[in-house]
Amino acid sequence: MTAFLLRRLGTFAATLVAASMIVFAVLELLPGRPAEVMLGDTATPEAIAALEARLGLDRPAPQRYAAWVGGLLRGDSAMSYAYDTPTFELIAERLVVSLPLALLAMALTVAVALAAGLYAASHHRRAGDTGVMVLSQIGLAIPNFWLAILLIMLFAVHLQWVGAGGFPGWSGDDGGGLGAGLAALVLPALSLAAVQAAILARVTRSSVLEAMREDWVRTARAKGLSRRQVLWRHVLRNAMVPVLTIMGLQFANLITGAIIVENVFVLPGIGRLVFQAIANRDLVLVRDVVMLLAAIVVLVNFVVDVLYAVVDPRLRRATAGDAA
Amino acid sequence: MSRALRHPSFAAGAVLVALLVGAALLSLAWSPYPPADIDIAGKLAPPSAAHWLGTDSLGRDIASQLLVGSQNSIAVGVLAVGIGLGVGVVLGCMAAARGGWVEELVMRAADFTFAFPALLTAIMLTAIHGPGLATSIAAIGIFNIPVFARLARASAHAVWSRDYVLAARAAGKGPWRITLDHVLPNIANVLIVQATIQFALAILAEAALSYLGLGTQPPQPSWGRMLNEAQTLLFQAPMLAVWPGLAIALSVLGLNLLGDGLRDLLDPRLARQR
Repeated sequence: MTAFLLRRLGTFAATLVAASMIVFAVLELLPGRPAEVMLGDTATPEAIAALEARLGLDRPAPQRYAAWVGGLLRGDSAMSYAYDTPTFELIAERLVVSLPLALLAMALTVAVALAAGLYAASHHRRAGDTGVMVLSQIGLAIPNFWLAILLIMLFAVHLQWVGAGGFPGWSGDDGGGLGAGLAALVLPALSLAAVQAAILARVTRSSVLEAMREDWVRTARAKGLSRRQVLWRHVLRNAMVPVLTIMGLQFANLITGAIIVENVFVLPGIGRLVFQAIANRDLVLVRDVVMLLAAIVVLVNFVVDVLYAVVDPRLRRATAGDAA
Repeated sequence: MSRALRHPSFAAGAVLVALLVGAALLSLAWSPYPPADIDIAGKLAPPSAAHWLGTDSLGRDIASQLLVGSQNSIAVGVLAVGIGLGVGVVLGCMAAARGGWVEELVMRAADFTFAFPALLTAIMLTAIHGPGLATSIAAIGIFNIPVFARLARASAHAVWSRDYVLAARAAGKGPWRITLDHVLPNIANVLIVQATIQFALAILAEAALSYLGLGTQPPQPSWGRMLNEAQTLLFQAPMLAVWPGLAIALSVLGLNLLGDGLRDLLDPRLARQR
């Protein structure tokens, strides 16, 4: 297990380094000087040179890359060009909205998808199965931002149960609080979760169906276990590997989905921040937010890889065998 | 052919996709009104014989915008999937044919790119080059490359292990000849099915980017931007937010159903297992 963990950790670190190089190359090395982009078409050459000196852009690229990554590792981030505040501070302020949103959406996704997938598999080729498959096909086709708008139309405009957007904050002093904060995240989380649950329910269904065809299911039934006992004790655990894979990949979708849905509901999260940064031409902030989002995607996939090995010991041995 | 028409997913998907393509082709020659024509006096009109789906806040005809907007969705889908297929399949086939460090390099590069969903790539490109149709096509196309590279490599590997490829090698055919004569024709089915799915994803991604203001720019109509404009008028004219969403959802549904149907029809073994 240790060798497996070390190998995975190595891949994780290498992926992060490669991702940071891509972000740096796209935002700082591609044609178009960052200082020119930030200042716009009307900037004088002197103003561009002054901004380049202020941001350290006049130094050679490898030196700039090293300074950026070194800063990230020390927790000492660059100053945002538009806000004149360290980017980490800005990002941390927004993460308290985006992270709970993504986690709430993931929890909803998993709860709905596992229930629907298991139900469909245990009612294979019956009306319930068809119903779940039709619903999931529709869920796959609906863009999350359209669902978000439809939810606003129903719950905010028509029924007037909730506001049409905005976030009251987690602290009672700002007029918000835990309940009010969570309430503001329910509709955004629902719109994010619907599509993801549709995908995951299909994966769960086919994965459970496949596991139920295995010989050991027949053996367990012959041993006298009920269908339900076999499903919960044996099938579910074996069906979890593909489900986990897709969940890991889905987290990336949730993060990018959150960027869109935060804009629909005017939530002050990472998604809004990166859009304001683009509008302000604040490349320093865009770079750090994109790096953070890419790092979260890589980290979640690393965690999923490790979870596989916990769920399915065969994978640990298989990878160790590959290495030998 | 009759087997295809009896397959419910394929038939439903084919009808919806035909509607999408038909709308785009029709709009090249004709639309009820020029989609960008502003008529402030007739703004927010309800559906009528003159304006089938009504007008928006600037008095532009909704039906015409939807019709012409379909061109955009198809253009992005074709180009973004084309970039992914073109580059991805060459890389994937090269990895399978050459093996060794070439394969390792291609596959590790494909692994790294999963850290960048299409939207993140679009954000980076927009920050530098500004928003626009080309930026969104590039971002979605780049996202598609590793998808097709992985699929092509895995499917090509299966072909390379077959006896007839061994026979072709024994007969003196080189790796490129074998890829062209044997590998590509045998992996085409899998690639077509995946291309249909990626086409649907491209339409969704383009709509999202346009909704956010990063994609298609005015005056070219696009379904995503129509939704963005409709959102400010939810209280006065809620139906404005229904039509473009419905157009996106039906197009994506059609492509997904078509992809499912094609997979069953092209590989009957899979259909029996499901």
